[in-house]
Amino acid sequence: MKFERYGIGIAKGLTVTIKHLFRHPTVSQYPEQRLNISRRFRGNELIWNQEKCTGCGTCAKTCPQGAIEIITSTDMAENKYVVEKYEADTGYCIQCGLCIESCPYEALYFSHNFECAKYRRGELVQGKEEMLETPERKVSGYFYPDKAEKLPKQTLLIEKVTEKR
Amino acid sequence: MAVRTEPFVLNMGPVHPSTHGVFRMRVTLDGEVVVDIEPVFGYLHRGIEKLAEQRTYTGVIPLTDRLDYISSMSNNLAYCLAAEKLAGIKVPERAEYIRVIMSELQRVAALLIAVGAFLNDCGAYFTPFLYMFRERERIVDLFEMASGQRLTYNYMRVGGVSQDLPEEFMPALRKFMDMMPRFMDEYDQLLMQNEILLARAKGVGILSKEQAINCSISGPVLRASGVKWDIRQADPYSIYDRFDFDIPTQTTGDCYDRYRQRVEETRQSLRIIRQAMEQLPSGPVRAEVPHLVRPPVGEAYAHIEAPKGELGFYLVSDNSIAPYRCHIRPPSLINLTALRDMVRGWKIADLIIIFGSIDITVGEIDR
Repeated sequence: MKFERYGIGIAKGLTVTIKHLFRHPTVSQYPEQRLNISRRFRGNELIWNQEKCTGCGTCAKTCPQGAIEIITSTDMAENKYVVEKYEADTGYCIQCGLCIESCPYEALYFSHNFECAKYRRGELVQGKEEMLETPERKVSGYFYPDKAEKLPKQTLLIEKVTEKR
Repeated sequence: MAVRTEPFVLNMGPVHPSTHGVFRMRVTLDGEVVVDIEPVFGYLHRGIEKLAEQRTYTGVIPLTDRLDYISSMSNNLAYCLAAEKLAGIKVPERAEYIRVIMSELQRVAALLIAVGAFLNDCGAYFTPFLYMFRERERIVDLFEMASGQRLTYNYMRVGGVSQDLPEEFMPALRKFMDMMPRFMDEYDQLLMQNEILLARAKGVGILSKEQAINCSISGPVLRASGVKWDIRQADPYSIYDRFDFDIPTQTTGDCYDRYRQRVEETRQSLRIIRQAMEQLPSGPVRAEVPHLVRPPVGEAYAHIEAPKGELGFYLVSDNSIAPYRCHIRPPSLINLTALRDMVRGWKIADLIIIFGSIDITVGEIDR
């Protein structure tokens, strides 16, 4: 193959590369600089509201992975179900969010946390106590727009690039 | 005494940086020239078609995310269209528009990866790839805002989408649409006329029009060979008949044409998104569909123009809550059937480029 104007294409390409010297960097140094994640983030943990849950088990039936286990007994005096065991195996969970959408009593949420690595496989199973809402375990706004409003706004790369260096 | 060569069998993959995943080829070589290749796959087989038979119609949607994992939204759309056809569900207007915006954004993102990976294979080591990834990152930001995840979106549902767009979505999308054409021009300037790229990709791995049709190739690979076939216009699904866009085609069908074809298609996708943004109506985003969909006995096939080609879902119902059979027509697997004819007679360095220009995802081939 013969080129009549050899070098022009490469020079054009290099101007683009040189232009990037004067642009704002798009990378952030992760552990020190943290960007805000989406308000609807589907986190690695589930959060369960004990007061609202009636023990109907719709979440366990909907879960495509079978990661939720619920055992209830009947309380004849109060005329309701008592949740004896509620467990979610986050090792099996694929964070699809179908359990949260299916809950008819708004008792199940995703957490807004993403650093949930554990040392042992068994620790991935969330029991009743590990599923309650705490200051460290914040509720995500997935499927609940009123909860999403309270969370910080997501950082977008598009806004970062428009700034000058 | 004459010098003779013997055929030499070389194993390429399954873990090789330019086979785009866990894909293995058994290449027969004569010196440096490829005589024959035999693709060996199945390393990423997860049995998605069989798993789908044990799940509810809604529960299959997260599985489709994992088919072609860089274009999850398109997979969701194809499955939902098939399930809606089976159950006879009408999707609200706003949901249709959101679906179109999402699947076209996904096409831009997937084609950016395809172009970046192709240039990476050509020897433009990682600079264009990371530029493309930066653009894709902006799209992924938008998806994360709407669905809450960055790779497995699981956003569409049978009868609409899972939830409405957040209020900060449209300003961000508008900003993205303002910037994207400028960046596309910049990337054209970066490598489109580069002499090294031209020397390596022009005239390499030609797929003729007849051969492409015989192998039932679809998507950008088919259109680069000069066949004007796009399901968005040939058999309009969803609301694609309302938009005004062109189908770009190329003439020769070599690697360079396939690269240019993808860039042109990205521009057309941006055109569709701009029209959909203007027409976006308000209203509900999800039809009233019961939790467990029970379609009547029957079968349905729905196909869409995914970033890689025709993606089809064939569903059979026996009036239970799970599909009786779910078959997937993956574009990557069928586009791969032309690879042997394309690489015969080329050198092993060209094999990498030709393979990269088909743009496959192994998650879809093995399923």
